[in-house]
Amino acid sequence: MPDNPIITFQNVSFSYNGAPVLQNASFGVGERDLVCVIGPNGGGKTTLLKLILGLLRPGEGEVRVFGESPGRARRRIGYMPQHIRYDPQFPVTALEIVLMGRLGRRAAGPYSKQDRVIALRALEEMDMADFAGRLLSELSGGQRQRVLIARALACQPGLLLLDEPTANVDAAVEAKLFTTLRRINERMAVMMATHDLGFVSEIVEHVICVNRTLAIHPTSDITGEVIREIYGGDVRMVRHDHRCSEEGHEHHGIS
Amino acid sequence: MEFLEALRDPDVPFLRYALLVGLLASVAFGIMGTYVVARRISYIAGAISHSILGGLGAAFFFRVRFGLEWLHPLHGAVAAALLSAVIIGLVTLYGREREDTVIGIVWVLGMSIGLIFIAKTPGYVDLTSYLFGNILLISKSDLWLVAGLDVVVVALAALFHNQLLAVCFDEEFARLRGVRVEFYYMLLLCLTALTVVLLVSVVGIVLVIALLTLPAAAAAGFSRRLWHMMALGVVFCMVFTTAGLACSYTLELPSGPTIILFAVPVYLAGAAYGRRRAS
Repeated sequence: MPDNPIITFQNVSFSYNGAPVLQNASFGVGERDLVCVIGPNGGGKTTLLKLILGLLRPGEGEVRVFGESPGRARRRIGYMPQHIRYDPQFPVTALEIVLMGRLGRRAAGPYSKQDRVIALRALEEMDMADFAGRLLSELSGGQRQRVLIARALACQPGLLLLDEPTANVDAAVEAKLFTTLRRINERMAVMMATHDLGFVSEIVEHVICVNRTLAIHPTSDITGEVIREIYGGDVRMVRHDHRCSEEGHEHHGIS
Repeated sequence: MEFLEALRDPDVPFLRYALLVGLLASVAFGIMGTYVVARRISYIAGAISHSILGGLGAAFFFRVRFGLEWLHPLHGAVAAALLSAVIIGLVTLYGREREDTVIGIVWVLGMSIGLIFIAKTPGYVDLTSYLFGNILLISKSDLWLVAGLDVVVVALAALFHNQLLAVCFDEEFARLRGVRVEFYYMLLLCLTALTVVLLVSVVGIVLVIALLTLPAAAAAGFSRRLWHMMALGVVFCMVFTTAGLACSYTLELPSGPTIILFAVPVYLAGAAYGRRRAS
């Protein structure tokens, strides 16, 4: 546990209609942490994020965010969902999407001048300022993702929560995203769910490995063999002292 | 032009009223139609508009049977539309039932209640007028009611534009920002309900849904922004109702279907243009 955790999970369990998704999870995230949540599809990554946002309630245990219940704390979280859910034909521009990060501050009426400045700055930070007037349907997958990260930044959060930020992104864009997220991490905690392990091992100090149960490892502990076992495919890091499998997480003690 | 002369003719005030109602209502139709198309809830709007017959029938029955002169059929229409919107809204937000089934039930229940009330109303009631519109039914008091509702719809839609846009685009994110998503979804359905009522006397409950979605859907092909779509939708709706009324008066055709026949080709043109632009 970090000294001043902004997120704490204590013995949290969650199940969908009786099927356990997360079991007895405990961990903490500090205010300048950069954390990755990894695990196979359906392993509980998105569930974990939704528990932090208070969109789901734990069956057992307790989730605290910024020392409050997730429902109360969610205004201080900038959240980027997976963009697959959107209707790509919806007539809305990049700037209009980012401005949605400024919602909830006024009961009614137009956005303020300051809201626009903050939204444009967020677009600039994601290198998307030139695309402010573009329609959603005119943006590539990677550009849409950056717009959605900009929207999360426009919330001026204390925690940036990203669901699969590297999906649909090529290696060059990924490298750039990595630099940007590191810079952002200097002023807020960043937590992301991903199955892109190359990305993880390069920038993150800790990974939270979810596959029904949950374990926290330093990135150096994540091994190629293990990863191949879970995901298949190629992997960049090799070190043999930990296993993430259906049965759980076990250490071999070779380091 | 026969139509222009008729508009000035003091003996045919109903034509002026119909045109005014059409032009006034177009503002609400362009705006709310855009939300309905963007959020893809035209099926819900269809159920609301058809259920209006229940309110029309009930108001008609009580007016004739109990001599309630102040009770106007449009009052019943407003009540029925809002009631349907609230029922559908509650079911889609909180219900565990299949929502399309419930929407279908509201649709037919409203019509059934309306038909029974109309059957039991003493004297002759021209059902076709309500189903497909009849501009002869429009009185001066209708004009005021339509203008009033129009102002309410447009003012609320403008005031809460950002919230409604966010709820239509990404409900979950809006909720995370502290926007009361349930409230705005209900507002969206209720404003849609009020909008549908505006043109019931001109195009009827069966055809009104077409006029709600066609101008906005046609505008979508030519628009890059939601508010472009709204503005162009308003213009299209005005053109459709004016051209339709002129044509129906000159050629002695029923007004509702004539208006719809103007809207469909423009929609097809918009869809074709939008597709070409996208490719």
